[in-house]
Amino acid sequence: MHSTRVEDCKAFVETLIHRYQCNPTELIRILREIQDRYRHVPDAAIEALASQLSLPRSRIVGVIEFYSFLHTAPRGRYDVLLSDSISDHMLGKQSLMDDLCRKLGVAPGVTRADGQVSVDNTSCTGLCDQGPAGLVNGYAVTRLTSGRIDRMVPLINESVPLAEWPSDFFAIDDNIRRADLLLNERPEPGAALAALLERGADALLDEIDRSGLRGRGGAGFNTAMKWRFCREAEGDAHYVVCNADEGEPGTFKDRVLLDSYADQVFEGMTLCARIIGARRGFLYLRGEYRYLLKPLQDLLAQRRQKGLLGDDILGATGFNFDIDIHLGAGAYICGEESALIESLEGKRGIPRNRPPYPVTHGYLGRPTVVNNVETLAAAAAIAVHGGQWFAAVGTAKSKGTKILSICGDCARPGIYEYPFGTPIRDILTDCGAGGTLGIQVGGPSGTFIEPGEYDRRLGFEDLATGGSFMIFDASRSLLDIVGNFTHFFAHESCGFCTPCRVGTSLMKNTLDKIHSGHGTAGDLVELRSLCELIKEHSHCGLGHTAANPIIETLERFPDLYEQRLKAIVFEPGFDLDGALEAARQLTGRDDSAAHLQQVDR
Amino acid sequence: MKTITIDGRSIPFEEGQTIMDAALAADVYIPHLCHNPEFTPHGSCKLCNVKVNGRTCSACTMLAAEGQDVINNSKELNDARRAITQMLFVEGNHICPGCEKSGNCQLQALGYHFNMLDAHFPYFYPRREVDASHPDVLLDRDRCILCELCVRASRDVDHKNVFDIAGRGINAHLIVNSATGKLADSVLEVDDKAVEVCPVGAILVKHHGYEVPIGQRLYDHHDIAEISLMTEGGGSDE
Repeated sequence: MHSTRVEDCKAFVETLIHRYQCNPTELIRILREIQDRYRHVPDAAIEALASQLSLPRSRIVGVIEFYSFLHTAPRGRYDVLLSDSISDHMLGKQSLMDDLCRKLGVAPGVTRADGQVSVDNTSCTGLCDQGPAGLVNGYAVTRLTSGRIDRMVPLINESVPLAEWPSDFFAIDDNIRRADLLLNERPEPGAALAALLERGADALLDEIDRSGLRGRGGAGFNTAMKWRFCREAEGDAHYVVCNADEGEPGTFKDRVLLDSYADQVFEGMTLCARIIGARRGFLYLRGEYRYLLKPLQDLLAQRRQKGLLGDDILGATGFNFDIDIHLGAGAYICGEESALIESLEGKRGIPRNRPPYPVTHGYLGRPTVVNNVETLAAAAAIAVHGGQWFAAVGTAKSKGTKILSICGDCARPGIYEYPFGTPIRDILTDCGAGGTLGIQVGGPSGTFIEPGEYDRRLGFEDLATGGSFMIFDASRSLLDIVGNFTHFFAHESCGFCTPCRVGTSLMKNTLDKIHSGHGTAGDLVELRSLCELIKEHSHCGLGHTAANPIIETLERFPDLYEQRLKAIVFEPGFDLDGALEAARQLTGRDDSAAHLQQVDR
Repeated sequence: MKTITIDGRSIPFEEGQTIMDAALAADVYIPHLCHNPEFTPHGSCKLCNVKVNGRTCSACTMLAAEGQDVINNSKELNDARRAITQMLFVEGNHICPGCEKSGNCQLQALGYHFNMLDAHFPYFYPRREVDASHPDVLLDRDRCILCELCVRASRDVDHKNVFDIAGRGINAHLIVNSATGKLADSVLEVDDKAVEVCPVGAILVKHHGYEVPIGQRLYDHHDIAEISLMTEGGGSDE
């Protein structure tokens, strides 16, 4: 880097450090801004951050290398990422990727020599109902077609600023197809807080309890109980965190809630703050939803103006609370609550050892409530309408409604809110799905169900889901789907514990071997026991569920795997003929003697 | 005295002790690699996974509590521990017969302990950087098992923060805190705890190779369980 650039970089870091008050917990936000400006985090920036934040250099490098959206080497001035979710693949993502790379003269993951552009894959961008989707310099683009790719290429080559790109590229629809309790109405901003002040924190907590509300992220922990534990936990500060790191492939309902119902989400956070005694809250927004950052910040400013945030909220002396938005940087694992907290503290997103749980030892070791976006929105609605209003809907153990993100093979993908207890069959009718192979409920870490199971119902008693609902028709290959999910987990494993770090990669390689027709019966036995080991011995939920797609499909459709096996008595560790390819190229031979068969004919 | 049971045996514990602490104090061996009683428990290698009332937990991080029925020495757990040990072997590049650490290496010793006869899984053969820049210390990442003992020792005992982990998943790797990323430019010294604590042959002291012949070293003649209880157990000096 030239010395003028170094000086510019140091000055920029200086302003950032000043803006973030020299606080090491802000490291990821600071790094994101540096990445934006320089397309990577230059060495001079690392140096300046290390000395001014008093952090070891290696700690900063460790953070940069952990998150997918931070880099130590420059990305292109246009950094194009295409969503690698199965739903994007089903809409033709791969040929668009090939097309884009060919037309731009760039290989995936390698910045073009002139520094103009880089193209790469990224995990699900949460736009599965309007894919194939991607991100250009962090901003979401939807409904990609070969026509859009053709229009994109000259925009990039001619350095047209993103602000001047056609606005239709960036159009994002809510696609709300079925609304119920939560989506049907938007209470006036402040209505839930007024109810809180009128009735008192204790009574409101009782109301949440009466509603039977359980966490909407998928695990289903009782919300009132979580708030009560946190309220009773000792600490010199308490915190509320809204988990908007919606990374489970196929889930996009939090995006819609934050786009169109954000007031209600912030209201839920403020409500929780009053009940547990927090003065500060965070919204952890996944990096992929960066386009929401500005509107959400504007909304927070509006709420401050209206007296719904800040000091003496709604005139109640001592009701002080404010919310800060933390933008993630591309790591699925940060959806795990303790990894999310680590990330909020400016660290790599490694899940903590639990217990202790965040309700007693969370952000900066203080009692912290971490709730899903939908949970907080529901809490605000319950404050307005009462617990009974909510509890009257749903089933015995699953009260209220659940918002689903439906994508894949159906006529009307989008957002559907259903009372718990709704049979899968009704959902499929509503969204226009037929001739299905099966449904993945709850994303890759969830459950695959077949047509014979469509009388099963939504709910914690039967089919729990954080919101992902992916439909596959009979033309789809189950092994392609399982392969996509398995690659996803290997890519997103944080690398902390041995079974998940090594196991998910071994699992991916073994599955690929079988999928590509090189596996044997021994590999299948091996794959099964490997899956069980990862599930049983991993450190956190990622490892506990990473093997689910294989375990479930091996159990239900062993034929699909067995059909792919080679009928030979030994187990080749590699493709013998394929391994000779380099030798053939070197010697310029391709005659029959330059090939070796693994199988006796 | 409060107690837990480990494999049917009643084991006393004090408030704040982990299952591992209580077990070691009572001379019960729970296999472990990333755990070293001198440092903050880490819980990453998962070799100390035990069943506590039916649930799998890491003994080194799980606090002992009244009513815990712990299964430690079962075939099922030891089979899993062998597989985890094999995973650690295939993810790196290990050269036991010629490694300076051979016979003193805890990873190798655990392989012996679990009667590991092969690597079982396909090798990854990763390309990892060797750092021979330091005058007195060699860092060979081929053998690093990411236990973070050097990270913890350098941070908590040496107060130097020489090491850290970067990358994610199978690409996680040990990095050095210096402008060049090289050990020579770090503040590491040969007497640092971070150097001594490496359980494998990743951090080696230079100029002292093979002084004790392979075959006459610690784990060539003693099981790691025996050595662990002697140095870390209740009867040890600590």
